[in-house]
Amino acid sequence: MASKTIHAYYNDDDVLMHAVKKVKAARHHIEEVYCPFPVHGLDKAMGLAPTRIAITSFIYGCIGLTVAIVMMNFIMIKDWPQDIGGKPSFSYIENMPAFVPIMFELTVFFAAHLMVITFYLRSRLWPFKKAENPDVRTTDDHFVMEIEIHENENELRDLLIDTGAVEINIIEKDTH
Amino acid sequence: MYTFSNRLKIGSFILMAVGVLGIAIGFLSAPSSIEEAKAMVATHEEGHGSSHAEAEDHGNAAMSADAHNEEHGASHDEHVFHRLQNKPWAALYVAAFFFFMIALGVLAFYAIQRAAQAGWSPLLFRVMEGITAYLVPGGIIVFVILVLSVLHMNHLFIWMDSEVVAHDHLLQGKSGYLNPTFFLIRAAIFLGGWIFYREYSRKLSIRQDEAKDDSNFKLNFKWSAGFLVFYLVTESMMSWDWIMSVEPHWFSTLFGWYVFASMFVSGITVIAMVTVYLKSKGFLPDVNDSHIHDLAKFMFGISIFWTYLWFSQFMLIWYSNIPEEVTYYVARIADYRLPFFGMVAMNFLFPVLLLMNSDYKRINWFVILTGIVILAGHYIDVFNMIMPSTVGDQWFIGIPELGAILFFAGLFIFWVFRALTTAPLQPKRNPFIEESRHFHY
Repeated sequence: MASKTIHAYYNDDDVLMHAVKKVKAARHHIEEVYCPFPVHGLDKAMGLAPTRIAITSFIYGCIGLTVAIVMMNFIMIKDWPQDIGGKPSFSYIENMPAFVPIMFELTVFFAAHLMVITFYLRSRLWPFKKAENPDVRTTDDHFVMEIEIHENENELRDLLIDTGAVEINIIEKDTH
Repeated sequence: MYTFSNRLKIGSFILMAVGVLGIAIGFLSAPSSIEEAKAMVATHEEGHGSSHAEAEDHGNAAMSADAHNEEHGASHDEHVFHRLQNKPWAALYVAAFFFFMIALGVLAFYAIQRAAQAGWSPLLFRVMEGITAYLVPGGIIVFVILVLSVLHMNHLFIWMDSEVVAHDHLLQGKSGYLNPTFFLIRAAIFLGGWIFYREYSRKLSIRQDEAKDDSNFKLNFKWSAGFLVFYLVTESMMSWDWIMSVEPHWFSTLFGWYVFASMFVSGITVIAMVTVYLKSKGFLPDVNDSHIHDLAKFMFGISIFWTYLWFSQFMLIWYSNIPEEVTYYVARIADYRLPFFGMVAMNFLFPVLLLMNSDYKRINWFVILTGIVILAGHYIDVFNMIMPSTVGDQWFIGIPELGAILFFAGLFIFWVFRALTTAPLQPKRNPFIEESRHFHY
């Protein structure tokens, strides 16, 4: 299905914020907004759901802690409980202070790295990925709001010009 | 302007009255002779014998009085007698220091906010200034207790006893630093410096409200930066003097930081609690959930910082296990197992799990709840620092301890909220006040 989308260009983040609010108020669905830098509050204005990446990170941290405990318990206590410099290897708890640095680091390691990988997977980022920006200027000094057209091209164009768009393009686009 | 509600005022008087009663009972029930002490230990054993089952493992606590009597004889009895005599004093000292350190922690936080020119916190400056008003009565009380110790009214500081020093080579070596005169001079300098900064900064802060320019604000900035340098040095020495020297054979290099972390997190917690209280009464209309959120983040972060220092100190000593250092922890783990490890749960696990979620940091009653746990945890922290060296295995959180907590809590509430009535609760002409008013996280 080849559908038409409208690209409205802005050159100021304040104007963009107001435009997003107006477009939302007119009950149009904003497909995407391309920005050269994070615009504070844009996600709220667009009504995007809050991220759950912190929750995944907490879970990964718990996994890391478990890995550290199970690993040290097996190696140092169960498998070969040697006397190393008089450290008490009779039970995990007795020798625990010595394991805490490892427990801490593995917790942080798992929480950080798995969260980053989660982020890459969820936002579909990897080396050699084809860049998806509609206009090179969106990485420098322009903002683009992308809205799908459903037989309301003129009305939408008027609304967007009204919000202070500096340029409006209609794109015939294949399904991505 | 804030008006001190009558209910709170009466509440603080009741706390003080009940507290004085508890303290008095503590002093009256302390043994006045060795025979009395022996009798007390004997009845204590009958009453609590079963609950002290653990003690049998160590073979020293509950069983010791009878078993060791024949071996050590008089010297052991005298030892127990001194410890029991110390109990009401140590209870008083722990509570006095705990509430004083809250005010001092708030003062450090306040100075940092000024020196860092934080944009979110100026709305809370008057709350902090109200809490630091307690420095004066709290500091005087701690100082009086120290003077009474020097006058041999108690045995909190063993190095003040010239008899003991005469037979102790290690204490003789430290007597250049640990001698009563120098000790009191240092304490006076610390308290004088802290109280001077507090009073002067408060004056500049009030004056800024009516000023035509920002000169008071700039002067306050300079004094705050200077105070922080003074504070770091004196706080460290204070922790050696007032806390570490109850165990004069033991030393630890990061002790000053450790005490600092404890007072800092308690101070921030009290700021958050007082702010939430005042806000709930409608006296801080411009304070929003983002301010509470920031305070809760500090409570969370500094709790972890405290744990980091607690663990660093513990683990380094546990790992190397050098006899002269490790006795400190041996005594605590043998006789104070529950408070010693319980405080780690209260000061670390609770705040970490309760305040990790960003939404929870904005729920006011949740912050209060966590704050109560943190404060109780840090009381036990001070308890753990003082008690093992002063009363040893004779500790108990009973009437003298609770009485002292109630008395100082009452005094703290009375003094802080009285100070809050003396100035408008929101600064007027602070250059950052608009930013603070619109602070949003």
